[in-house]
Amino acid sequence: MREGDDVSGADRAGGRESGTQPLLLGVRHHGPGSARAVRAALDAARPNVVLIEGPPEADALIPLAADEGMRPPVALLAHAVDEPGRSAFWPLAGFSPEWVAVRWALEHGVPARFIDLPATHTLAWDRDDAGPDPADQEPGDGRGSAGEGTAEHPAGTGTGTEGAPATGSGRAGAGATTTGPAGAGPDGAGPGVRPDAAGPQAARPDGDGPEAVRPDRVGTEGVRPDSVGTEGVRPDGAGPEAARPDGAGPDTACPDGAGPEGVGADEADVRVDPLAVLAATAGYDDPERWWEDVVEHRGVAQGDAFAPFTALEEAMAALREAYADRDGERDLVREAHMRVQIRAAQREFGGGVAVVCGAWHVPALRRKTTVTADRALLKGLPKVKTDMTWVPWTHRRLSRASGYGAGIDAPGWYAHLFDVPDRPVERWLTKVAGLLRAEDRTVSSAHVIEAVRLAETLAAMRGRPLPGLSETTDAVRAVMCEGSDVPLALVHDRLVVGDVLGEVPDTAPAVPLQRDLARLQRRLRLKPEALERELELDLRKETDAGRSRLLHRLRLLGVDWGEPTASRGSTGTFRETWRLRWEPELSVRVAEAGVWGTTVLAAATAKAEADAVGAGTLAEVTALAERCLLAELTEALPGVMRVLADRAALDADVGHLAQALPALVRSLRYGDVRGTDTEALAEVAAGLAERVFVGLPPACVALDADAAEQMRRHVDAVHTAVGLLGDTLTDRHGDLRARWHGVLRVLSGRDSVPGLLRGRAVRLLLDDGRIEQGQAARLMGLALSPGTPPADAAAWIEGFVGGGGGMLLVHDERLLGLVDAWLTGVPAEAFTDVLPLLRRTFSAYEPGVRRTLGELVRRGPGKGGAVAGAVAAGAPGFAADLDRERADAVLPVVRLLLGLDDTQAGPTADTAGAAAGDELAGVA
Amino acid sequence: MSVSVEPTSVAPSRKHSAPANTGESAPAKTGETGEGQELRPHAEDAFADELAALAAHDDRPRPARWKLSPWAVATYLLGGTLPDGTVITPKYVGPRRIVEVAVTTLATDRALLLLGVPGTAKTWVSEHLAAAVSGDSTLLVQGTAGTPEEAIRYGWNYAQLLAHGPSRDALVPSPVMRAMAQGMTARVEELTRIPADVQDTLITILSEKTLPIPELGEEVQAVRGFNLIATANDRDRGVNDLSSALRRRFNTVVLPLPESPEAEVDIVSRRVEQIGRSLDLPAVPDGIDEIRRVVTVFRELRDGVTTDGRTKVKSPSGTLSTAEAISVVTNGLALAAHFGDGVLRAGDVAAGILGAVVRDPAADRVIWQEYLETVVRERDGWKDFYRACREVSA
Repeated sequence: MREGDDVSGADRAGGRESGTQPLLLGVRHHGPGSARAVRAALDAARPNVVLIEGPPEADALIPLAADEGMRPPVALLAHAVDEPGRSAFWPLAGFSPEWVAVRWALEHGVPARFIDLPATHTLAWDRDDAGPDPADQEPGDGRGSAGEGTAEHPAGTGTGTEGAPATGSGRAGAGATTTGPAGAGPDGAGPGVRPDAAGPQAARPDGDGPEAVRPDRVGTEGVRPDSVGTEGVRPDGAGPEAARPDGAGPDTACPDGAGPEGVGADEADVRVDPLAVLAATAGYDDPERWWEDVVEHRGVAQGDAFAPFTALEEAMAALREAYADRDGERDLVREAHMRVQIRAAQREFGGGVAVVCGAWHVPALRRKTTVTADRALLKGLPKVKTDMTWVPWTHRRLSRASGYGAGIDAPGWYAHLFDVPDRPVERWLTKVAGLLRAEDRTVSSAHVIEAVRLAETLAAMRGRPLPGLSETTDAVRAVMCEGSDVPLALVHDRLVVGDVLGEVPDTAPAVPLQRDLARLQRRLRLKPEALERELELDLRKETDAGRSRLLHRLRLLGVDWGEPTASRGSTGTFRETWRLRWEPELSVRVAEAGVWGTTVLAAATAKAEADAVGAGTLAEVTALAERCLLAELTEALPGVMRVLADRAALDADVGHLAQALPALVRSLRYGDVRGTDTEALAEVAAGLAERVFVGLPPACVALDADAAEQMRRHVDAVHTAVGLLGDTLTDRHGDLRARWHGVLRVLSGRDSVPGLLRGRAVRLLLDDGRIEQGQAARLMGLALSPGTPPADAAAWIEGFVGGGGGMLLVHDERLLGLVDAWLTGVPAEAFTDVLPLLRRTFSAYEPGVRRTLGELVRRGPGKGGAVAGAVAAGAPGFAADLDRERADAVLPVVRLLLGLDDTQAGPTADTAGAAAGDELAGVA
Repeated sequence: MSVSVEPTSVAPSRKHSAPANTGESAPAKTGETGEGQELRPHAEDAFADELAALAAHDDRPRPARWKLSPWAVATYLLGGTLPDGTVITPKYVGPRRIVEVAVTTLATDRALLLLGVPGTAKTWVSEHLAAAVSGDSTLLVQGTAGTPEEAIRYGWNYAQLLAHGPSRDALVPSPVMRAMAQGMTARVEELTRIPADVQDTLITILSEKTLPIPELGEEVQAVRGFNLIATANDRDRGVNDLSSALRRRFNTVVLPLPESPEAEVDIVSRRVEQIGRSLDLPAVPDGIDEIRRVVTVFRELRDGVTTDGRTKVKSPSGTLSTAEAISVVTNGLALAAHFGDGVLRAGDVAAGILGAVVRDPAADRVIWQEYLETVVRERDGWKDFYRACREVSA
């Protein structure tokens, strides 16, 4: 009976011959409709062996798919043994036809095999393409832009972002690798892997699939027929088309008709997206929707399980015929390999062979060719030693939004369609209602009922057989979300895309990240040792700088092999001291970090970007930026900076901004030391400073004592940061310091600002020489005049001379006189209120300063007060005036200390001398 | 509070009668105005040809008492070309999805709530929907803070009431009541301005589809085809938010602001020109640049991101609708014409923009300053605008 079924199945699917013809099941990758149809077809045909489009190296890994610890979505990862950055992914979701085929084979005890061109060739291919790879191995890989990182980050759950794994290769890599899979995914096959090759182009910020792909391809190889050309990259998502087409419609009558001519579509479109051609023929403007209507929304095929595949094959044959010239060279090779494998399987099993592959390939596999011709095509392919393993994947990475070109928009929706037994719309909307309720929105059953009705009516009006994702989304928006897109975004994120996280059993082979780390350790001669030791690094040396980068990157990945400690001896910024210790559990951490990428650089980059998006506060993001600089993650920096700029723009709390600024300015200076390009960083820092300037004055009103104290710290921090920043930026933001002084002036003159801050502002201006002493005295007089509440005045004094600023009072008799006069004027009942404030202010002074002040006050104000800067007579144990002779005796030493030579030191030395004299007098 | 005194029976007579609400509602057609003399004809009259052509070609199923099928209604609003070459002009330029959801909602028995900031064509869409679905857009209740319950349920003709006691003859039905009896589409404008207790009279109407008249011991039951379109402003201060019970009876469609800057500049300059003509303001030669600038500022602050998509900015509390942009530019024109040199300059619009943006003196001012310093200051060719804004903000 088996035989009979088989024959008839093959017969029908093939439509031509019976007997030994293999059963060719063309699918759309990641298509739940295809998956269901494949299962039905396999059940009906009961083949002796299932052949699947995919890298044959993974054959040994197939049994793992039956492992209990294996949960889709997962991906097959192939990587070059000695170059982990060169990698490709074949992602499989629970609703992928390939996965269904694998599971079917395992459940029925039938052998399953991958028959695509081995990864050993496809990975090597890309190396050749790459030609001169400008980027050197490890840095080579850029990671996707932040954009991707961001998008995906939320996935962050652990698996990391798509970027993570994808990254292995160049930024382009992102594009590339990603694409690879994409390409791969779709047609399952030839992962357009482009490792670092892509590197150069990395530039595409949004790195979305296909386009990303195309360009680099072009750039690098000139003509890049392979995945792109052939499978047609859909404009938005790569391979899908490939995917799609294949999947294309079973019931579609249209496709057949769809010859090229029929289709008005212009050539370019066709090449890029054959599926769009089919859809356009059927009168759909959106191929995705057409696909949904024609394939995904059909229930399991009624009756003839093979009919959909037959129809699809005819459509594809027509398409391929029309666009034969567009077949990529690589596709031809891959298809030749598949034919060879199919023949071998047929010989081995004597018929009963079922093949699951991208629909696009079906006509080619059906074509009669000679064995010799196929072998000739396969001769002399380049090779590279590769390794395969399973890695966990996520729905988010399957989705197009994460830059995974071959992705699908709505993995969560597809999984739902695949999993539910019946009434998909009702169940979906119930799920949505559950989610919204969990988020505290009131959604009743009545809402669900109305949403279902609206979705169905909409579908009817749009002439669709069943409500699709767009109808249900419209219904959810109008009925459950009150027209708002905000809760809808939540639905999209949690359900339409979904947080599903795949799992891989522990027995799966090691991830490439470990190999990359071992390679780096060898290269940098940094052995993992359990014994703790200290490592001094001089960042000016190439190897040491490399070590520092590696340690910093590992720290970002949570692998705390080294821990930075304070340097002994030198404090130069080019020195770093690390305490190294390799704990056994660090190996586990490395394995965990494997989800972020295939190389240390790529993984750290992906992790940093994900962390940036997930960071809770602005200060965290700035700290992260600092670490990115230390780890020299130049690819991650733009993404982190974008997050930083966005956070800063939306953060209404000046305190947060003020906190973030110093770290940022510090990073800027580190960047200088290490020769990193810090242009973007400087831009962001300047922008941040601007925002602080604008926001600070309004934020300084109506503060209580604690808040004022906190704000004073912010003001100090910003002052220091602006000072440093002013040194770094000269051209575009030259007036930054001047503008800061303007802000301080505003603060100092505004009555609603707490005294503490006004005093501080005046002091900072005075220190910078922006206001004269006389003016400072006037402002102090205002602040201390009788009309001011004593507590406020005391706070002003604290702000002005607090924090160890007592020397100023020692030297400026006039200011001291003002303080003294005010203090004696404080009424007795208010005195106890201001006492703690004053105590706090003056107790912070060094003992010597305190004593001098005491002496000066005891001597009484006014006596020598007329001449500022001169210490008046009267202090016990002191002469009325300086002992010029003794003071002069100090001058040579002072000159020596200050490095002033006599010729130019004239007046300066004098003042310095005088100052030093004063100081000595004070301390004596 | 005024109630129309014209006694109208609830019987499905299809004559245009004065709506029983305050004077702001659509004016009733009376014999005094000659045909074609109206300042603004109703949608169903202005586009009678298109509606007729659509009806002639419409072979799709129509819900009870609908003049057109839902598909044809959507085509009427979005525009298209019929098989015989009749061109249907687009009434609403915007996402197709919005119109489809709106029409579909009316085809189910849920009421439709159109939300949006001023100037997003809520009323326009609701009028055309009613015209296309029921062939009559005049069953209208204008919501105000003083809208009484009678405007939504029914009132009494007191002369009749006193003379003959309560009877159907003494009853003055509201537009909603008439729509229920005739299976038509009723419209409620500015629903959120109506006091909450009056709003809630709609709950029974929308859920039970019935309107009891306890005075007569009767009720009016809605016949198939009745539905209600409400419009509301979603960013207005001091509105009476819908109770959740009422809200649940509506499907909500938010009408978006113009999608592209070009479209918005186009709308603003066209309206400004119309208003300017009626105010006899002199035409301004190169005002378009200033208009573009105003629209840019409005859009950036509204969307919270600069047009190049690189910098985020905070959004102020004001709505910054297109309608406000129009008024800013019109004011600027008047300033330029009467007090300036007749050319619309940055200084003429700066004060207007400041007024539109800074609604909340504390928070909005910081937002505006920040926007000035971080975005405007560094933009090429915006120096004059920056200076002008600094001047008025100081």
